Amino acid sequence: MTFIEHCHGQTLDEILYLCREFSEDPAYPTVKKWREAGGKVVGHFQVYFPEEIVHAAGMLPVKVTGAQLEGMGAESHFGSYLCSVIKTSLELSMSKNLELDMFVSHPICDAARNLAAIWGRNFSYKSQILYLPQNPNSNHSIEYLCNEYDRLKQDIESVAGRKVSEDDLRRSIAVYNESRGWMKELYDIKRESPWQIDAEDAYALVAMAGFLPREEHNTLMRIVLPLIHDRSRYAQDKMRVVFEGGFCEQPPIDLIQTIGRSCYLVDDDLLIGLRYILDDVPVTGDPLLQLATAYIKNSSYSPVQHDLRKPKEKMLLQRFRNARADAVILAAAKMCEPGLEEQVAYSKALDEHNIPYFISEFEENQNTFDHISIQLETFVENLIFQ
Amino acid sequence: MSETLSNDTIVGRGARDGADLFRNWFGELSDAAETGRPSAYVFVMGSLNEILKSFDFPVVFPEINSLQTAVRRISGEYLTEAEDYGYSPDICGYVKADVAVQLRGGKHPMGTIPKPSMAVLTNACNTYIKWAEIWERMYNIPIVTIDVPGTRGKKAARAQNDSHFENDRKYVLAQLKELISVCEKVSGKKFDIDRFRETLKYANDMSRAWKEILLCNESRPSVFNALTDGTIFLGVANGFRGTREGSCYFKELAEEMRYKVREGIGTLTEEKYRLAFVGVPCYPIFRKFNEYFSLWGGSFVHSTYLWFASGGTNLGFEYDLENPLESLAEGLLVSVRDAMDSMFHQDQALLQMMETYAIEGVVYHPIKSCRTVSTGLADGRKHLLAERDVATLFLESDMMDKRVVSEAQMKNRIDAFFEGLASRRTIAAAQL
Repeated sequence: MTFIEHCHGQTLDEILYLCREFSEDPAYPTVKKWREAGGKVVGHFQVYFPEEIVHAAGMLPVKVTGAQLEGMGAESHFGSYLCSVIKTSLELSMSKNLELDMFVSHPICDAARNLAAIWGRNFSYKSQILYLPQNPNSNHSIEYLCNEYDRLKQDIESVAGRKVSEDDLRRSIAVYNESRGWMKELYDIKRESPWQIDAEDAYALVAMAGFLPREEHNTLMRIVLPLIHDRSRYAQDKMRVVFEGGFCEQPPIDLIQTIGRSCYLVDDDLLIGLRYILDDVPVTGDPLLQLATAYIKNSSYSPVQHDLRKPKEKMLLQRFRNARADAVILAAAKMCEPGLEEQVAYSKALDEHNIPYFISEFEENQNTFDHISIQLETFVENLIFQ
Repeated sequence: MSETLSNDTIVGRGARDGADLFRNWFGELSDAAETGRPSAYVFVMGSLNEILKSFDFPVVFPEINSLQTAVRRISGEYLTEAEDYGYSPDICGYVKADVAVQLRGGKHPMGTIPKPSMAVLTNACNTYIKWAEIWERMYNIPIVTIDVPGTRGKKAARAQNDSHFENDRKYVLAQLKELISVCEKVSGKKFDIDRFRETLKYANDMSRAWKEILLCNESRPSVFNALTDGTIFLGVANGFRGTREGSCYFKELAEEMRYKVREGIGTLTEEKYRLAFVGVPCYPIFRKFNEYFSLWGGSFVHSTYLWFASGGTNLGFEYDLENPLESLAEGLLVSVRDAMDSMFHQDQALLQMMETYAIEGVVYHPIKSCRTVSTGLADGRKHLLAERDVATLFLESDMMDKRVVSEAQMKNRIDAFFEGLASRRTIAAAQL
């Protein structure tokens, strides 16, 4: 049964409940179904990945984002001073919860850049690094990235056992353009009428795109978004906040829910890789060139992409203003070096602009939220009574 | 220089001259700080000294500045200052020590570090990027990030002359040309191709000698300690790459090593165990760390550090002076890629060195500060052990932060490691 078949006859609340359940299920039942039907799966580590190329080859791209797992055999493959998502991502594959036919990582951070080699030592299928430019300001970065995508395409073709034509790619780009449109609409709701959808439900809806076939996710959004618009819910007197720090390791849904109890989460960088390209990618011309151009010229920002045109603190201020937020939650996953480093720049910029912020660390495996709930409520009350 | 020199004049010359060069280097940096002469900040993996020296930039290696604070046992105060500024205890200690140096107006135990006029970095380490962004914010200077795409799949799975390599080389070349334009703007000088050729020639001398020096440790006993002596050599290899002084130093160092090989002069009175070191040295207890091993007769004959911290110069890549820029692009790509392979595919690097250097034990030293080097070590060790019956030791600590260096526990484990090595020998002898 596909996920959409699960949703048939369900109310909006029931569908959103299913989304939360599926997006936190480390067994990836929908991916297993795909494999049982003979489909192949390409896992890609955070943050951005051009899923269109895998999709065009008829394979399922799955965003590897770690999971809440216990009793990890993968622990013995790592040292102590590492973030959780690195370890749980390997565990997902070692425990066969998530079986892959190819794995791609990106040098997004010093830990993650080791993953392709670790995967290569532990699994027989192809694993590799996709080198997205850290010098997007070079006049030659688009040409390089186009060649890099072509190299990746060739490796994907060898796993898929078939060639990927330009028309295949254009069809996939069109599917993903539709998806980009739905994501934007969801975030418009978060910004314009955040009472219409709970923070954790919006998150789960996006997370589903990380492992469902994208056409199916588009169908899900096509069903759900009108229902969300039509809900009869009233605005509450809650503070509007932006959450920054969810670009790689993801906070548990319960943590997002905890934030949502005190505040409206009006924008965030949670799973930003799934929303990285900001507008439609043209379906004309050389499709790989169009994808490369979109990444270099029309993409979001994160602490793991260096771009002189997008100083991160200025981008955060822009996100804050666009969302008409009252405050910022500056979070970082434990041991996440880029996130922790960026917190300093963010906090200095917010200080400069007298924008209130709340600093916190999280871990995907954390299971108590009382402490952060009290801290956050205190933060909110302080601002309200100021 | 003649090879008929005596022990007194040649043995230990590299260490002495290295220290002198270091003092001179920091003297030049202090002068630059005083006079406001434009300087460039760079990193060890892909410093591009070859280009920067052709513009006569004083070149600052903040990684080296930071480790100097640890070796001098004062890194703690620098780390604390950066943490007070807002940086987490869980990020790279090198970055934090440098932040403190910047907050102190360049004050450093070896002199005054000039403010950067520009910074050049490669993508070989992500912390390089985050680090340079700090200077960008502090000083509003040009930051040039050079993408050097590394090995994509398994090490050496792709040929150097295939179309993918050519695409990468073209991209690196294009970025080098863009870097030169920035250097021209910052220095106010035109690029001088002949001056550039000269720096390449000096770099060639160094690469040739460095490759030869590393091979000298195949001899028994080993002629230099890869951990302690090696760190001095690396400092000169980085700071003086592309300079006449660097060229002379390395030629003479190679001469010293050849001499020691010929005369059978080792680093220890009795070299009992030949060891390889994997990771970054434990700078907060630099000498003592080595003594824990040398007291047992253990000698570090090689390390992956000598490969990656020299930016892959160990390959001995020599630039074609007829095609200088194109050749630099190729050399940078090949060498930095090798440096990355030495970290991410360290198991293969070790297999390569184990036979040639007759290594009996491998010491892994993952550190909190550097995930680039450390993340894959436990996994690499498992795979090395699956390939070879070799004694290994896995010690976690740090290269900067004494707070995470547990000396008593470390020494206990090192002692047990040597007891294990001795037992292995006894068992092996009994089986003969």
